[in-house]
Amino acid sequence: MARQVHGMVEKRGSGLWLTHVFMILGVLVIFFPIWLAFVASTVTQADIIRPPMPVWPGDQLWTNYKNALFSGINVPVGTMLLNSLVMAIGIAVGKIIISLLSAFAIVYFKFPGRNLFFWLIFLTLMLPVEVRIVPTYEVVAGFGMLNSYSGLIFPLIASATATFLFRQFFLTIPDELAEAARVDGARPMRFFWDIVVPMSRTNIAALFVILFIYGWNQYLWPLLITTDPEMNTIVMGIKQMFPSGDDFAHWPTIMATSILAMIPPVIVVVGMQRLFIRGLVDSEK
Amino acid sequence: MEKRVKFKGWLLPALLIAPQVVISAVFFFYPAGQAIWQSLFIPDPFGLSMQYVGLGNFEFLLSDRFYRASFVTTAIFSILVTLCSMIPALFLAVIADRLIKGSGVYRTLLIWPYAVAPAVAGVLWLFMFNTRVGVVSWYLGQLGYDWNHVLNGGEAMGLVVVASAWGRISYNFLFFFAALQAVPKSVIEAAAIDGAHFWKRFWTIVLPLLSPTTFFLLVVNIVYSFFETFGVIHTITAGGPQQTTTILVYKVYSDGFVSQDLGSSSAQSVILLIVVGLLTVLQFKFIEKRVHY
Repeated sequence: MARQVHGMVEKRGSGLWLTHVFMILGVLVIFFPIWLAFVASTVTQADIIRPPMPVWPGDQLWTNYKNALFSGINVPVGTMLLNSLVMAIGIAVGKIIISLLSAFAIVYFKFPGRNLFFWLIFLTLMLPVEVRIVPTYEVVAGFGMLNSYSGLIFPLIASATATFLFRQFFLTIPDELAEAARVDGARPMRFFWDIVVPMSRTNIAALFVILFIYGWNQYLWPLLITTDPEMNTIVMGIKQMFPSGDDFAHWPTIMATSILAMIPPVIVVVGMQRLFIRGLVDSEK
Repeated sequence: MEKRVKFKGWLLPALLIAPQVVISAVFFFYPAGQAIWQSLFIPDPFGLSMQYVGLGNFEFLLSDRFYRASFVTTAIFSILVTLCSMIPALFLAVIADRLIKGSGVYRTLLIWPYAVAPAVAGVLWLFMFNTRVGVVSWYLGQLGYDWNHVLNGGEAMGLVVVASAWGRISYNFLFFFAALQAVPKSVIEAAAIDGAHFWKRFWTIVLPLLSPTTFFLLVVNIVYSFFETFGVIHTITAGGPQQTTTILVYKVYSDGFVSQDLGSSSAQSVILLIVVGLLTVLQFKFIEKRVHY
């Protein structure tokens, strides 16, 4: 009986076959744009500007990628990749450090103004950078941080999502641990380093994945503050590779750049899938 | 919830929260305050002085045909993006959930597009529908349909919607799939014994159990289409043709940075701030409910 019911709920036989067909179709449709971009990055410009373009890869992969990485159009794509990497890691690490510290203070100390502070950081959750771009731009320009890594990083770590996440997690750490630490005469920072940080390992890693993708995929902010092509990040730099007039865009280089722009976040997401899904679900709670 | 055990002292916690306080103050509260302050002024044409106009900027905005059109555009855009990303995701999650083996492989394949930046997704879709070299637009031309999103506002909207929804399918799939896996199998089996076929089970049992996830995703996807799709719009249409794809966030950018109209741009920021506030309250209200659920 149990087996029979099982068969009614989970598909077997012809139904199973059909389910796989649907899934594969879904995957193919979703992958199609990436596949076309990849093909375009392996053929010549001449192959593309006489539509329809080929559907199978050509033999120009090495030439196109070498060309993109080392010469690019305005600036070598290698430079843009480096800028993106610095920005994404800077945002992820910076945000994790400041939020670990402040969440620790909020959870483990009683100090005047704690509630006010808590509500202030709560407010920062509500306002994405897109909403306050003009004044934030003025602040960054006032500090002379245009075209700099600090200008790319700092405004984007001024939000308290991570602080909330760590606060939630710290509240689940058993009180006995802090009690024992206090009885042993351990200083608060010692407790932080020896107990709290090691216990938060998984949360830190999951958050790193989410923040890395967030930083890597930024568009509007780098567009505003990196006027010098040498400081462009790869995600915003692709659009800058299009000619302003009526000329044909150099699609093989642009598509090679698009593929290069996807590789690091895709590696992070697929490689750290478990942590990524955990981080995603946690950070949305 | 509170800790029973607390450390004493105020200097150490003050130092611990200092980095966050300083960064939030400088890059968050000061700019947000500036946005509110500037929304009450109009700079003179030479940028030398500011004239106080009270709520004048807001009155002007709300009576401005283009701004009101941008509200409508944003509403249409975000509803379409939400539907186009949630329905296929739910469909894929439902069929993946029926598989005993192999669903992990599909999940790995389906999460890829999430990692693709909206701006890059914009470039990929622009390439497929490019009026001169695009593969899809070329085949449409062979079928006798003249695709031109550069001139046709409806086509431009369709293209930015699909490009924005594409990567979100992965995200929604992950949440739907996780929620489906959490539906107790015994309930489903009991219904199956009672003779309820698949679609009946889906409508009467599974979908209601998914409603917390669905509601959560609705809010999150609307927030996404409001704020994170700037890259898609900027790469594909730059708000055109004739502002048919100018969503609110794009307008803050184009009025503030392209036309340098600071008063209006700040007033728009403040209006957006109120919109985000409402959406956040909605989200938190719901999450509180889900905790009890």
